[in-house]
Amino acid sequence: MYLSYSIILILIIIGFSYVAAGLLGCRVLLGIIVPYAAGTIFVVGFVYRVILWARSPVPFHIPAVCGQQISLPWIKSDKIESPHTSWGVVSRMVLEVLLFRSLFRNDRVDINKPERLIYGGNRWLWLGAMIFHWSLLVILLRHLRFFIEPAPGCIEVLQSIDGFFQWPLPALYVTNIFIFLALLYLFGRRLFNPQVRHLSLLSDYFALLLIGSIASTGILMRHFYKVDLMQIKRFSLGILSFDPVTPEGIGTIFYVHLFLVSVLFAYFPFSKLMHMGGVLLSPTRNLMNNSRMKRHINPWDYPVKVHTYEEYEDEFRAAMKEVGLPIEKE
Amino acid sequence: MFDKGKIITGIVIFFIILFIPLWYNAVTGKAGYVPELKTGTDEKECVEKTPYMREKHTELLTRWKEAVVRDGERTYRASNGKTYAMSLTKTCMGCHANKEQFCDRCHNYTSVKPYCWDCHNVPKVARK
Repeated sequence: MYLSYSIILILIIIGFSYVAAGLLGCRVLLGIIVPYAAGTIFVVGFVYRVILWARSPVPFHIPAVCGQQISLPWIKSDKIESPHTSWGVVSRMVLEVLLFRSLFRNDRVDINKPERLIYGGNRWLWLGAMIFHWSLLVILLRHLRFFIEPAPGCIEVLQSIDGFFQWPLPALYVTNIFIFLALLYLFGRRLFNPQVRHLSLLSDYFALLLIGSIASTGILMRHFYKVDLMQIKRFSLGILSFDPVTPEGIGTIFYVHLFLVSVLFAYFPFSKLMHMGGVLLSPTRNLMNNSRMKRHINPWDYPVKVHTYEEYEDEFRAAMKEVGLPIEKE
Repeated sequence: MFDKGKIITGIVIFFIILFIPLWYNAVTGKAGYVPELKTGTDEKECVEKTPYMREKHTELLTRWKEAVVRDGERTYRASNGKTYAMSLTKTCMGCHANKEQFCDRCHNYTSVKPYCWDCHNVPKVARK
């Protein structure tokens, strides 16, 4: 159900941009108004979401660790998996962000034939996620050649490494193949793994399909429906310097690509894609495991009104004596 | 808001990185830069129509290369019926003799590094 909804949504988005740009020629709308609106929604929405998270109190000290906590000097502690210093937290976070350390621990539980429970590592999701995210980063960096003038040497080096096949012309990028395969895996996992399919919602399918369509239109534009890159760079520089020029003579496929990217940017703050900022704000990852070194007090604790035993005895001493209950103070 | 300092620093760093395309061009001062092409000829028409050449000259040259190298076919019949010799150095660069003012301008602008001239000669005009 969710799957068909998300496919319909993507088809509507692609169809809309195709009709608007190709048949009706709304170039100003798709080329200028929509990208600016999407950019604004992205910036405002992103800041809003982060501030909303920062406003939520974290009353409990809840780092999720998987290493020996620091205690006695002769017990070796794990400085990264159970950090008690800021540097430990930073290195843990760097491993998490760059290498998806916690996803690497993803386990799979199976019941083996003679009724035995078997635990084993399941690294496929980690591998798929790594390939997807790193390819996406390289692709974004490569796109800088259309956004900045002059493009710095490091971008050109990246581009030549990525296109090391030197075939066909223009060269096929390795990351384009990688991101496509990784997306196919991540999507296929949601389709064919019954447990994951049961958990998948509209937003899960939609995000994958959206990024998949962006990648596909990009690849189509590079290898099949050629566009005039000169005009595109001129157009994107115009947009970025807030002096937009109406793009002329660029194929419809470019508008479809641009509209999909705009939708992605506008959708970003409202979606699970916010894990980009959220990973840094996860209390289970960004707190130190120092609860034995430092007392953490719930910030909204108020002085509780208590009635101690001594006060109780003072109140009922006479009655307690009368029935022969033992008392501490005569 | 908790950890105000860290959160605001984080957001600022994120947007400085994200907005590289916004401030980079302002720093280099080339935001409105459009390369100016000197075709180097008075001819009104290229081998094919201009929009086609702009978008697909790579494809055309690849086809030429394959026709010449693999099939020994050396004449190209254009869509307007004229025939041309399939030669980068003689036909293309016969008109567009100045590589620096024609080929390189767009290629540099969009960071394209074609390897045509790894093998092919650049006509002498361009070497001045």
